[in-house]
Amino acid sequence: MRYAMAIDTKKCVGCSDCVVACQLENNVPIGYCRDWIVETTSGTYPNLELENRSERCHHCANAPCVRCCPTGASHIAEGGVVLVTPDECIGCGACIASCPYDARYPHPDGYVDKCTFCIHKVRKGEDPACVQVCPTNCLYFGDLDDPNSEVSRKIKERKYKRLKTEAGTDPQLYFLI
Amino acid sequence: MKTNRRSFIKISGAGLGAAAVAGSAINFAHGSIINEAIPDVKVAERTPTYCEICFWKCAGWVTKNDQGDIWKIEGHKDDPHCNGRLCPRGTGGVGMYYDEDRLKTPLIRVEKDGKQVFKQATWAEAFKVVGDKLKQIAKDHGPECVALFTHGSGGKFLGHFMKAYGSPHVTAPSFAQCRGPREVAFYATYGEGVLSPERTDIRNTKCLVLIGSHIGENMHNGQVQEMSQAIDNGATIITVDPRFSTAASKSKHWLPIKPSTDIALLLSWIHVIIKEGWYDKEYVEKYTFGFDQLKAHVEPFTPEWAYGKTTIEPKVIRETAKEMANASPSVIIHPGRHVTWYGDDTQRLRAVAILNALLGSWGRRGGFYNPDKVSIPDFPHPAYPKPKKSYLDMMDGKYSLATEVISNGLCDVTTPAPERDCNIKAWIVNGTNLIHTLPDQKKTLEAIDSLELLVAIDTMPMEITGYADVVLPECTYLERYDAIRNSPHREPVISLRMPATKPKYDSKPDWWIAQQLGFEMGLDEYFQYKDIEEVLDWQLKQVGSSLAEMQKLGVKKMKRAYDDLYIPDGADYQFNTNTGKIELYSTELQNEGFDPMPVFTEHAQPPVGFYRLNYGRTPVHTFSRTSNNPNLVDIMPENDLWVNPRVAKLWGSKNGQYVWLKNQDDIVSQFSIKVRITERIRWDSVYMAHGFGHSNKKLSRAFGKGASDTELISNVKYDPIMGGTGMRENFVTILTEKPETVAAS
Repeated sequence: MRYAMAIDTKKCVGCSDCVVACQLENNVPIGYCRDWIVETTSGTYPNLELENRSERCHHCANAPCVRCCPTGASHIAEGGVVLVTPDECIGCGACIASCPYDARYPHPDGYVDKCTFCIHKVRKGEDPACVQVCPTNCLYFGDLDDPNSEVSRKIKERKYKRLKTEAGTDPQLYFLI
Repeated sequence: MKTNRRSFIKISGAGLGAAAVAGSAINFAHGSIINEAIPDVKVAERTPTYCEICFWKCAGWVTKNDQGDIWKIEGHKDDPHCNGRLCPRGTGGVGMYYDEDRLKTPLIRVEKDGKQVFKQATWAEAFKVVGDKLKQIAKDHGPECVALFTHGSGGKFLGHFMKAYGSPHVTAPSFAQCRGPREVAFYATYGEGVLSPERTDIRNTKCLVLIGSHIGENMHNGQVQEMSQAIDNGATIITVDPRFSTAASKSKHWLPIKPSTDIALLLSWIHVIIKEGWYDKEYVEKYTFGFDQLKAHVEPFTPEWAYGKTTIEPKVIRETAKEMANASPSVIIHPGRHVTWYGDDTQRLRAVAILNALLGSWGRRGGFYNPDKVSIPDFPHPAYPKPKKSYLDMMDGKYSLATEVISNGLCDVTTPAPERDCNIKAWIVNGTNLIHTLPDQKKTLEAIDSLELLVAIDTMPMEITGYADVVLPECTYLERYDAIRNSPHREPVISLRMPATKPKYDSKPDWWIAQQLGFEMGLDEYFQYKDIEEVLDWQLKQVGSSLAEMQKLGVKKMKRAYDDLYIPDGADYQFNTNTGKIELYSTELQNEGFDPMPVFTEHAQPPVGFYRLNYGRTPVHTFSRTSNNPNLVDIMPENDLWVNPRVAKLWGSKNGQYVWLKNQDDIVSQFSIKVRITERIRWDSVYMAHGFGHSNKKLSRAFGKGASDTELISNVKYDPIMGGTGMRENFVTILTEKPETVAAS
């Protein structure tokens, strides 16, 4: 099993619904977020291009945050999902420094927090909150080991890019372009 | 802009209940979260609702955590408004409930030590003040001299109160400040309106044309979802907008039009489609009236002519006309929603309606469908008294084709004038912050100053509450029942809102406020029910459901009365117009002395050093309603000013720099706004999201954040046909230093 997410940049309107839904689902304190929107514009008026991307932890197959964690709080769970156990986290911040995607934040309660792919929902057979809520239906979540999963099919059918692959992290977010 | 008699009162903090809880409003929603990075919340309870954050009213489920606190709101899968997916505002709707700045008790304006202040009051005291004054006004001037401004579900009950009292003056700014010209134009053409949600069959379309309509930035949920489906289906999107909107970025063709010249482009498209014979000949022949007149009328409007007006190249005009024709009849020239721009808006929307008719899209799959809804009878009550006068009598017969009451018209006939012997004497304002809603604030404040009574019913201390004599705190939609949502759609569908929890503080639902006001006024016979549950259950039973059933279902789809979602090919069809046809040439407009076919007129362009003030929506906020919502402020705390890099260079502006704006009438923005330098905007205009720049300090998160477009809109272009307020002919210049005229705040 290899959980992954595909994000269709052709449909994303950058509305931030994924951010709000995640904050509520996961009780993320106001002022912090586990996912976010990146908007890039290129060109000059009137020859322009705009890309909206919903970003979060890339749940890397080769995760620097897990390698550098001194206590083992950062670990890889089922389906390759990168998790943090708050009880074991000492808040040293090594993982935050090691993440090329800036996907982690120091929770005010003293541990490091990040996207869990809503594993508590996934275990019940549901989609992550961001995927469930997205009004443009531009997020696809599933198992890459299953060739018939929606995410596998999207990656097969469409052109995609991954971010900062040069860091050798083997990220598991696929941006459809 | 100081008023004399009625000074603005900031809702006083003293004695208004508990002070704000430190930290975030909803952080404590399910207790300590240490070791709960992965929540394991047992879902204790879920209740159906429909959203009140905007007019789209998506149905959803409110879920509480195991401590009984509201945790989250999720879309209802059976609801065609949202298909199980709420927008960011609806998802963040919980913030409206937890907002600690909410109005907490009734308040009455009193004089104390020569100063006007609010006194905390009981509901009974507040109703007494309102009731006595309304009785006095009815006796002295007639009940018609009272107006209700409402934008939200509470309007149903308060409107019933108004009609029972004897006033026909119930108005929503959503007509004359928003979609009014569209409805009037489509009535004139098809004998039917576009309605809400819009009857656009976007998910089945092959070509979607957006003119200044920024779907995706406006989160009209169902439409955003269907546009996404259209993208998946490979539909062609054409966007006409001086700004590179999100929708423009999804488009095959973006036409960066010179602002205010849309009618020229539309006339030219009509010209090309007729000239090239690309129109749906059978449809036009069978269903329309006035084709020959139209053909002669558009003869001069070649793409070369339009190029000079719009700056859109003739080649592009022809190419895009061909795209539409290729998709016909599965093509939508979208009528938009907020369309009060330049004062000739009904005529611009007429051109949109005509173009759709030529392409045969009305009543066709992928064009405009025929919506259906169930008919829910009113709970039995005696006939309303017949009003003896209307505000239209006070306005010299202007705006005869308005299909709803004009908010700004009521405002106009509130300020005394020598030519009128009657003025509006009292306003009840519910869920609409008129200070940020009506353009030309000076006029609004003058009208307010001449009122004998202003009652504000709201959840938040919006600016309008500061001018009220009586403030009534309504509870949020999460704490109340409301009328059954019954909106037109592909299939008739009804939806229930029920309270997920008890009202916080001393706030009350509007159905109760209306009923109690009725009792206070001796109108008991109009309110013969124990509570809202009795009303809803009776109404639901008339349409084959019940309150108990709807509490379980939330949403119920009904069967269409007829199988007529689209007009069957070649079927006879009678349109509700004078000629029984789709009127390309409008006999109604002609009869009323207006141009029967749209004409292009030049509009003013910004003087040197000034830029057209364009404004619009942002996905995470609804007007000024959400500007203090803790969850949504977290995503977007303030608006910014979009400035083209060339313009920024001229002013030496840097990204992120705060500037003030001054308009053509020397009005200076009260607060500064952050510059966002972007190629996405033309050099002749600037852009900001509407709804920011709040001046009431009691909105602790919204106060002073960003600038208000409304305060800079002092030049209003009135639509002579229906009274709409064209707001896009205002020009601003940039002040990089804090102007002296802005008081220290």
